[in-house]
Amino acid sequence: MIRSPEIFKPEERAAFALRSLYRSYGYSQFRMNKFEEYDFYVRNKSFLVSDNIITFTDTNGKLMALKPDVTLSIVRNAKDGEHGTRKVYYHENVYRPARGSRTFREIPQVGLECIGEVDDYAVAEVLSLAVQSLSEIAPRGMLNVSHLGILSELICRAGYPEETHRELFRLIGEKNLGELQQLTSGLGIAPEPAEKLFALLSGSGEVAPTLNLLGGFYSDGAWQSAVAGLRRVVTLLPAGSVRLDFSVVGDRNYYNGIVFHGYAEGIPDRVLSGGQYDKLMQKLGKTSGAIGFAVYLDQIERLTPAAGDYEVDTVVLYGADADLSAVCETVNRLVASGRRAAAVRELPKTLVWRNLIRL
Amino acid sequence: MKEYLNIALPKGRLGEKVYAMFEAVGFDCPSIRENNRKLIFGNEAVGVRYFWVKPSDVTIYVERGAADIGVAGKDILLEYAPDVYELLDLRTGVCRMAVAAPVGFRDDPARTLRVATKFSEIAQEYYNRQGREIDLIHLNGSIELAPILGLSDVIVDIVETGTTLRENNLEVVETIIPISARLIANKASYQFKNERIRELSEKLAGLVAKKQSEADT
Repeated sequence: MIRSPEIFKPEERAAFALRSLYRSYGYSQFRMNKFEEYDFYVRNKSFLVSDNIITFTDTNGKLMALKPDVTLSIVRNAKDGEHGTRKVYYHENVYRPARGSRTFREIPQVGLECIGEVDDYAVAEVLSLAVQSLSEIAPRGMLNVSHLGILSELICRAGYPEETHRELFRLIGEKNLGELQQLTSGLGIAPEPAEKLFALLSGSGEVAPTLNLLGGFYSDGAWQSAVAGLRRVVTLLPAGSVRLDFSVVGDRNYYNGIVFHGYAEGIPDRVLSGGQYDKLMQKLGKTSGAIGFAVYLDQIERLTPAAGDYEVDTVVLYGADADLSAVCETVNRLVASGRRAAAVRELPKTLVWRNLIRL
Repeated sequence: MKEYLNIALPKGRLGEKVYAMFEAVGFDCPSIRENNRKLIFGNEAVGVRYFWVKPSDVTIYVERGAADIGVAGKDILLEYAPDVYELLDLRTGVCRMAVAAPVGFRDDPARTLRVATKFSEIAQEYYNRQGREIDLIHLNGSIELAPILGLSDVIVDIVETGTTLRENNLEVVETIIPISARLIANKASYQFKNERIRELSEKLAGLVAKKQSEADT
């Protein structure tokens, strides 16, 4: 029995709630080794958040790494080419420098992956679980959803040279319309495609108006079908907790379709990140599709309320000649009544208490 | 009561100029103009709270969510690459990042170039793009002294009027990038204070465009 639920830190509570949520949707827990061969990560370096990996030489002379990422390990071990989808969730620690930090940290993550025949339902379910995950973390959450296929198509149709794409995507990710305007106007290409891009990035992100805006860009079948695909999945999500924000840009070498970032009120950084990564599967020689996301539990620590006024409700101070059965009885009585009690021989200088009982 | 919008402004002349712009578009906070040593100023009626912070720290306050939005120079954004939205070029605090050298300096491409700077990332990136090997010397101030004393061949620094360079017998050899003040926003705040941030950004964009057209005519 857990006497005081407040003992759970927000990240611990979230981890249990999320695992239970994913389990209830038929996802099974995936357990993995803490180590992988270093070579494996080097080959897929750009999928990782950071290039820095903790390595060590195993007793057999192999260079090993403490895993900096979970998705790669799951994908590597996933069976390929089977019918249906495999749905797994995980609760693991990864080891890498936190963003903006130069030192390694142990980062706890909970997440899920859906691998196999990823149809519209699978995409909608993963997005819906991302939205539900955010509401488990904080009263207000926001999922920013983008579609790399649509964004890339928009850029290709505009005719911007390949060598400018990296810079274009960087500026899009920053919502930096000023410099985007400078870059595109300097290319000597008609302004209409750039105007479409600016309209998309400067809009409110509300789902229905953004879909209508996208639908009006081009009338051909391929474009309309891509927009309809996006419409099919995002309109299934609860209004008010999702925005279509095309400044969400994952690595185009790995992600291909839907990509998303999640924010929870009270946490200044994103707490959730995910997307459809069929290209990563292809790079690893797999034919299946895949979509998933990770929740960064270390971020949720920020929601920890300020320390209470007291560390214990009652200090039971007993002398050298005290009757020990009376001490036990007093402490047990206090604990049974739901109070926090500490029995001590001397009053600790640093302990903050409310009541004092001398025995 | 409106939810507060927390705004980090760079201390100094640029911050004062920028505050005047915020004030002009209705995000005023009269107490900020009082002559005292306070660092935080709020206006409950409008729902804004301003902080004066060291210019190079604005991005840290915004990236980590202590401020929802802020104003930082493009030099700081390029150097520290914070994970924030860069919403608007305020077209104030205009200057340039440049390579400067003693007057008459002749570069020998066969030698490793010694570069003194406060902006290590910008300098390294600039010379990487040229495929030039450099010996980077990171300094925290009085950069102009480095080539005079033979510590470096050139410097990479911000040039506004060029007076300090001229007075030290230095000159601009090449401009790396134009610099100006940018409105930046924390990515999470942008989700939850979206309407207010967009309203402020749009009003400021209108003001910048108006000033620009007045300057052009």
